[in-house]
Amino acid sequence: MTETAAIELKGISKAFGPVQANKDISIKVMPGTIHGIIGENGAGKSTLMSILYGFYKADRGEIWINGKKTEIPDSQAAIAAGIGMVFQHFKLVQNFSVLENVILGAEDGALLRPSLNKARGVLKHLAEEYELQVDPEALIEDLSVGHQQRVEILKALYREADILILDEPTGVLTPAEADHLFRILNGLREEGKTIILITHKLREIMEITDTVSVMRRGEMTATVKTAETNPEQLAELMVGRKVLLQVDKVPAKPAEPVLEVSNLRHIDEDGVERLKGIDLTVRAGEIVGIAGVSGNGQSELMHVLGGYGHATGSIKMNGQELDLTGKHSDGRSRRDRGIGHVPEDRHHEGLILNFSAWENSVFGYHHGPETGSGMLMDIKAMKQEAQAKMDRFDVRPPHPWLAAKNFSGGNQQKIVLAREIERNPDLLLIGQPTRGVDIGAIEFIHQQIVQLRDAGKAILLVSVELDEIMSLSDRIAVMFDGQIMGERLPSETDQTELGLLMAGVTNPKELAHG
Amino acid sequence: MDLAVIIQVLDSSIRLSTPLLLACLAGLFSERAGIFDIGLEGKMLISAFASAAFAFTTGNVWIGLMAGIGASLALSAIHGLASITFRGNQLISGVALNFLASGLTVLIAQNWFKQGGRTPTIPEEQRFQDITLPFADALRDVPVFGPIYSDLISGHSALAYIAFLMVPLTWWVLFRTRFGLRLRAVGEAPDAVDTAGVSVIGLRFAAVGTCGVLCGIAGAYLATSLQAGFVKEMTAGRGYIALAALIFAKWRPWYALMACLLFGFLQAVALRFQNIRLGDFVIPVQLMEALPYILTVVILAGFVGKAIPPRAGGEPYVKER
Repeated sequence: MTETAAIELKGISKAFGPVQANKDISIKVMPGTIHGIIGENGAGKSTLMSILYGFYKADRGEIWINGKKTEIPDSQAAIAAGIGMVFQHFKLVQNFSVLENVILGAEDGALLRPSLNKARGVLKHLAEEYELQVDPEALIEDLSVGHQQRVEILKALYREADILILDEPTGVLTPAEADHLFRILNGLREEGKTIILITHKLREIMEITDTVSVMRRGEMTATVKTAETNPEQLAELMVGRKVLLQVDKVPAKPAEPVLEVSNLRHIDEDGVERLKGIDLTVRAGEIVGIAGVSGNGQSELMHVLGGYGHATGSIKMNGQELDLTGKHSDGRSRRDRGIGHVPEDRHHEGLILNFSAWENSVFGYHHGPETGSGMLMDIKAMKQEAQAKMDRFDVRPPHPWLAAKNFSGGNQQKIVLAREIERNPDLLLIGQPTRGVDIGAIEFIHQQIVQLRDAGKAILLVSVELDEIMSLSDRIAVMFDGQIMGERLPSETDQTELGLLMAGVTNPKELAHG
Repeated sequence: MDLAVIIQVLDSSIRLSTPLLLACLAGLFSERAGIFDIGLEGKMLISAFASAAFAFTTGNVWIGLMAGIGASLALSAIHGLASITFRGNQLISGVALNFLASGLTVLIAQNWFKQGGRTPTIPEEQRFQDITLPFADALRDVPVFGPIYSDLISGHSALAYIAFLMVPLTWWVLFRTRFGLRLRAVGEAPDAVDTAGVSVIGLRFAAVGTCGVLCGIAGAYLATSLQAGFVKEMTAGRGYIALAALIFAKWRPWYALMACLLFGFLQAVALRFQNIRLGDFVIPVQLMEALPYILTVVILAGFVGKAIPPRAGGEPYVKER
């Protein structure tokens, strides 16, 4: 006898205008399992889950919960059907307490006090059962991201959800927090809960799921047992062609120092010291990766190096001191000194989304003679130049007149990358190169970075993706609380040691040995 | 200055604070739910007209009050429709409603009563009567407390007492009830409310409706209690002062009471002391009359500190993920 599926979707289709987000999707999720759904950005994973949670209505298709056909017109119905969802961007009220967030929408009566008391008891019980400890009286805005996520899980469990959907849950977590989350999920599975895990990280799929479904361009391309597959096969199913998961590179040949930073300090607008004496050297022909949980000063370091932030200490570029506070402390002067910058926040600092691709591909370099002479710009030449760059960097669609916002994440990043790399900088600052970028484009971007290194350029990479840091860097510096905790060679370290350094442990090796 | 003068000024402060307080609490409900309402002024004005017109015509001040609330609710409904249902700009909708009320009241008043855009004076007995609290006369001769109770606390209209009772009630609703929790949540994070299975639109309309009722009472107080009928633009910027008080109060009910009493006091002082002589220099009456407004600007600019409005304030809710 076959078991009844906890969730069965039959022939779900959903179109947004001309875009077919989901095409005839059928999937069975068995109870008491962790079912992974993997796919590139825009493959339709989130749309599918939104339909299941009543955010969108499917154009066609049926939803069956525990063997019963169920209509889910809104979130209320999804909750009633026992579905809980942990969104990628948390749906929490920042200045409410944990308790208030948990009971919101699930209050027992018109007055709050009885509900709050009841929730306090339930939360205590859940905390013990599933390692979901959170201070129930704490305000959300005072909690770490990991704890906020626990509140989201608690919200779902408080509503007695049997089916939990998590959308990219580890994107914002440290490795230790992610491990803790996986322990929680394992505990929930043991209690018979059904979990759907949406992710683009192959490692997580392999680590925790029982079954995995792969989505590509709105279609479900395969559903396989995790034990019977491997990352290479999944990547191929996601992208539709063979993908190199490892970065292919020869050992670095570091030459003379290009960037020398010493005792760099930066105090932000709120008077908080964000950089507390950074010492760092990047040589020609090497990639130095900065690992760290976001918010530990990496962004400020990139800003100061890129010229948008005053600082004290010293930065030398090719042996010459840079101006850190005066009128040559700006992005233009830095670019003139041979520093290219691919900012972390592509949408706000890298591009102007409403401007066209060709306009975006000259920003920062619009003073140069190639854009025209005097007051006038040579638009025709600029468009041609942009077209050539887009061809070389395989930007799709290759239309210079299209607004930047109409490109996918990966193609936007390629536009920025092309702009910076094609100027042949001595040093390239690159922040979160593959955030929100598809796996196929990641491969291409990584190749470009390695090629630039092999051409004898210095590269400083900041990323919150530890996998990316490990595979791309020739040397890794770990940042915590505005300081460099230590430098490691990728061959001589592992995720555990880096994870501890990222959490501020000064000497993880010694700690491990007691 | 003797006690009698002080009590006179304070008594007048309470009378002048009442409409501000009602409007301020009205704005509090709306803005806590994420709907900015610059149209408090217009709602008060149209209610002032409707309540005066109906009180005069029917001879029943309670019918006047209901008409005022109804007229104010009609504007609330338009504001809700524009800014919640059709996701329009809340400021523009509010400003438009102010213009609408300003023109409409005078137009209808002129057509109806033919007295130059005003209503006839409502006779004393058809207005809200001042209520004498128990023992007010008996206690009058007790030193200090007597005059405070008999002349300051006693002797206001029912609407004024309603206004001041609204403060603890608002606090209780906001912080002790399910409706209040949801209302505050929808002004901070409507997506959290939506994913919790609660209707964002329903909550916001409820808040805007509450705002309409309170503005209606405020307008009725102006025309049938504080004064005896409607005159053109009789709200005189009180809706905007109430908004200023709301920011000053950081969107909290008890602070709103303090802020409104302060602004009411400033207006009372300006009315009472019209020509103050400082040596040879006489402070012109215009300056005294402008004082509450000048102080509003100064207080808002300098003394409020960081007032953090509800995070989702002013933004229509669009479902997305």
